[in-house]
Amino acid sequence: MARSTKEIVESQRFKALVRKRWSVSIILTVLLFVIYYGYILTVAYGKNFLAEKVGVYTNYGIIFGVLTIILSWLLTVFYVIWANSSYDKEVDELKKELQ
Amino acid sequence: MQTTLGQVNASSVFFFIIFITFTLLITYWAAKRTKTAKQYYAAGRSVTGFQNGLALSGDYMSAASFLGIAGMVSLKGYDGMIYATGWLVGWPALMFLIAEPLRNLGKYTFADVVAYRLNQKPIRIAAAIGGILVLLTYTIGQMVGAGNLIKLMFGLPYEVAELIVGCVMLMYVLFGGMLATTWVQIIKACLLLGGVTVLMLIGLSKFGFNPGELYGAIEKQYTATMLNPGGLITSPLDAVSLGLALMLGLLGLPHILMRFYTVPDAKAARKSVIWATTFIGYFYCIIPIVGFTAAALMGKEIIKKIDAGGNMAAPLLAEFVGGTAFMGFIAAVAFATILAVVAGLTLAAASAMSHDLFVNVIKGGKAEEAEQVKIARMATIIFGIAAILLGIAFKGQNVAYMVGLTFAIACSGNFPALLLSIVWKRFTTKGAVWAIIIGSVSATLFITLSPTVWVEVLKNPKAIFPLRNPAIVSMTLAFAVGIILSLIAPDKAAEAKFEEEKLRTYLGVGAE
Repeated sequence: MARSTKEIVESQRFKALVRKRWSVSIILTVLLFVIYYGYILTVAYGKNFLAEKVGVYTNYGIIFGVLTIILSWLLTVFYVIWANSSYDKEVDELKKELQ
Repeated sequence: MQTTLGQVNASSVFFFIIFITFTLLITYWAAKRTKTAKQYYAAGRSVTGFQNGLALSGDYMSAASFLGIAGMVSLKGYDGMIYATGWLVGWPALMFLIAEPLRNLGKYTFADVVAYRLNQKPIRIAAAIGGILVLLTYTIGQMVGAGNLIKLMFGLPYEVAELIVGCVMLMYVLFGGMLATTWVQIIKACLLLGGVTVLMLIGLSKFGFNPGELYGAIEKQYTATMLNPGGLITSPLDAVSLGLALMLGLLGLPHILMRFYTVPDAKAARKSVIWATTFIGYFYCIIPIVGFTAAALMGKEIIKKIDAGGNMAAPLLAEFVGGTAFMGFIAAVAFATILAVVAGLTLAAASAMSHDLFVNVIKGGKAEEAEQVKIARMATIIFGIAAILLGIAFKGQNVAYMVGLTFAIACSGNFPALLLSIVWKRFTTKGAVWAIIIGSVSATLFITLSPTVWVEVLKNPKAIFPLRNPAIVSMTLAFAVGIILSLIAPDKAAEAKFEEEKLRTYLGVGAE
């Protein structure tokens, strides 16, 4: 069942795909901002808290700094897993309809 | 502690010559495969996602982040770490917001994307100006840093260092185009990641591989204040603005964006970003350990004696734990880092000049392959010579603000226009052109009037613009200008093309 470009662009399926893509992106971007600015503002307002020790010498500041990097990375990993499994499949099927 | 840093030492020369020989052989190999414009600008789109991830990390991890952050941590402790986190967070944002559409819509430069359904000429001119401004400020910072670092490490005169860096990187770009530049970045990224890993492991081995013990040693020597947040973030608004510039500035760096055209499709673009994020995240996690180890094992005094800014902490630590040979290796890695970064910048500037300005503005998009490559090579030479001359002209100047300026212009000038052109149907030519111009100009103007330049460089008593980095104001301004101008004078022709463009943006149909 070949469909024209116009039909695809106007199809519910394509519109839903674009909507989904941006919902995922925007949610992840917001989370990224929360993580990064959460850290920065904790540094600005919670210096005493960050100086408290977790281990014998390690403090919350060091843990939070490393966590900021690891969590940002995990968001990226999540996006890739979502895109590889869900987004790509939809893209392939829509492209097939075009041919 | 005695150091041979600052003298020409046999091991650093040895490693450096190996690096140069090897990369020039690659350039020779690449030169034979670089005939068309697609090969010159985009390595024939033959780079894999993993390779491009390494090359992106190579482009991004500059000598400033390697030597600078290690040094900052060694002297100021925890504050250096806050700085390190800021350098990573742009990468996830790049992935979520623009990586795949950018790959699907463009050909060689980010201006391809902005100009896709708008008026070619005005957009190309504005985007080339925005792009070249970013690349110039970044290049000045890199070249001045290069001259100073090479002088410290090898004892070469500043001007000689500028000439060597300029000429070697010109050879890569001129003859080998994007293919050679990509492989230089890949080799450099491997050397840098490997070298810093070994340095960190040897350093940590002195503390039983337990970071806790390292922090303990720091606490005993310097009290716990060095492990706690200090004076880096005094005004939260400043921190938020700088954070915006670091995060979203990445999304407007032409030499980074250009890398996405070296991979075959959007899926490979996605793979590039996840690998780049992984390598860069790892790098910024271990680099503070190198800084802390240097402070704990050698003491701040020695580090400060060689360079007041602490830039030599990492090479000094290498010498302390691994002898002159290892220091030579680390110094050669730093040199390779500088070369590779400047090569990437030069190629991006050359493509803005030749692909955007010459081919699409002067020639109206019609130019023979051979002519395109010839012009690209001429543009490479022009920018390469400019880089050397600017490096020499800015000798002895305080250029610490250049990186902040680069990211401020990138996130205010290029990023808003790029994002709006991808997502907003009603975006117009006028909106895009003025968003780029207002964003770039206001970022430059505000930073000149800010404490960073007005007070610290120009020695005026009081800053006219209060924030140290203007991103929050200048980027908002650029978005506002882009949106308001587009709403005032709609462009029906551009709107009509948007739906079809979406097919290419999201499905990659018709992508080059």
